[in-house]
Amino acid sequence: MHPEQELLRAVEESGATPAIESSSGKSDGPAVVLQGLHRSFGSQVVLDGIDLTVQSGETLAVLGRSGTGKSVLLKLIIGLQKPDSGSIRIHGEEITLLQLDALNELRKKMGFLFQHAALYDSLTVEENVAFPLKRHTKMTESEQGDRVKELLAGVGMEGDLQKMPSDLSGGMQKRVGLARALALEPDILLLDEPTAGLDPITSTEINELILKLQEEHDMASIVVTHDLHSAKTIADRVALLHGGKVLIEGSFKELEKSDDEFVSEFLKRDS
Amino acid sequence: MRSTITSVWSPINRFLEWFGDLGLFGWQVVRAAAKRPFEGRELLRQLDEIGSKSFPLVALAGAAIGFVLALESRSSLARFGAKSMLPAALVYSIIHETGPVVTGLVVSGRVGAGIGAELGSMKVTEQIDAMEASGVNPYKFLAFTRIVACILMLPLLTLAADFCGVLFGWVADTLVEPVSFHRFINQGFVSASFRDFLAPTFRTAVFGLIIGMIGCFQGMRTQGGTAGVGLSATSSVVLSSLFVILADVILVKFILVFFS
Repeated sequence: MHPEQELLRAVEESGATPAIESSSGKSDGPAVVLQGLHRSFGSQVVLDGIDLTVQSGETLAVLGRSGTGKSVLLKLIIGLQKPDSGSIRIHGEEITLLQLDALNELRKKMGFLFQHAALYDSLTVEENVAFPLKRHTKMTESEQGDRVKELLAGVGMEGDLQKMPSDLSGGMQKRVGLARALALEPDILLLDEPTAGLDPITSTEINELILKLQEEHDMASIVVTHDLHSAKTIADRVALLHGGKVLIEGSFKELEKSDDEFVSEFLKRDS
Repeated sequence: MRSTITSVWSPINRFLEWFGDLGLFGWQVVRAAAKRPFEGRELLRQLDEIGSKSFPLVALAGAAIGFVLALESRSSLARFGAKSMLPAALVYSIIHETGPVVTGLVVSGRVGAGIGAELGSMKVTEQIDAMEASGVNPYKFLAFTRIVACILMLPLLTLAADFCGVLFGWVADTLVEPVSFHRFINQGFVSASFRDFLAPTFRTAVFGLIIGMIGCFQGMRTQGGTAGVGLSATSSVVLSSLFVILADVILVKFILVFFS
């Protein structure tokens, strides 16, 4: 029997329904599935039953007021925090049940851009981008160097290899953070406020860069943002969080057509 | 009555909680350390950071202690007609107690504060989260390497402090009454054996464990921005110094029972 047939038969016999992986190692099913996600801090309920699905190659923007748990949602997806209850599936794999080693393997398939870039401040730009390559690949020093240059060229930072993070502006730090997030060619990209604190021109540049990278890398992306213009530009779909739940989910046009008072108010305030 | 019980119980409860968290932290580090990769390059960097860069301060502290001990002891011993005992008293005092404790306290000040502040700053700027998000275990990369570097470097730094203490003890002695270094050393080590030297020096490896563990633990649990970083640095120094002194008391008793 062909090995793939054997595998399918074993799966059928076990009654499990794992995601079927394609030859590229990417799952053909949804990239991220969140079901009934709850997270509280003390008595404060932040997420109160979140259900979301992101398909491979799709970009979802998560909107909402400050303190509605948008950043917490991203940290739950990458396993930096644990949910109180609910399910998080990455390419069909339930991450809430994974041991640290297995979780770390899965994290290699995900890139995370932090709100303030979170570059390692004792390392140069080059060392920051090379950090995941050194730990998780068998590349030689020269191959790493070439890859770092390629990644930094992709975000327009090829001339700043030896600079320290403290010598960079906020926009430049975000670019380097993006390059570092893409170093291991992730299937899923998580972006936490990629344009927060940036001037309109730099914000537009970052949005264009994200669009370009999405076209080049065909990743599933989840973008947490306050910036409606950014969400409109880069996202295929948006989800608005309110009161710990997904109030509305759909295209930006669907959001604009909504009769919900909070949705109208939210869109009006930013326009 | 209830408020009295609460006011007594609350700090005890907090201390027990802190101790429990420290134990869990230690377990995480041990678990992370048992798996590949062993982060040899980062360990070497930390050996340099913690060892070589602490050397001047430790050597200076050792030299000052040796110099002052020689000057102070000389007049006391002269009063009892035991001036010739000065080299032996100085060497015994330095290798048994002064060298190890001074090294432990100097390193807990310099390295404990450094580790607490560095990891604290990494924590509040999400650099530790970024490391975890990229699939690197911070308990191994950040904590294990620093703790091992502290354990390995403390005995070596103690040797440096002992040497400088004895050397400057001789300088102080010879300034008052010239004596050759060779003779001073011979007199100093006449009643000291290798055993006298081994146990006190290697007990500083325990001081290293304490300084590394507390510095990393306090740093990695930092909360609340720059104020939190300052608090972590301060608490790292205070707690590691306190536990170094406590460990010294316990280990001296232990060494007396098992090594003498």
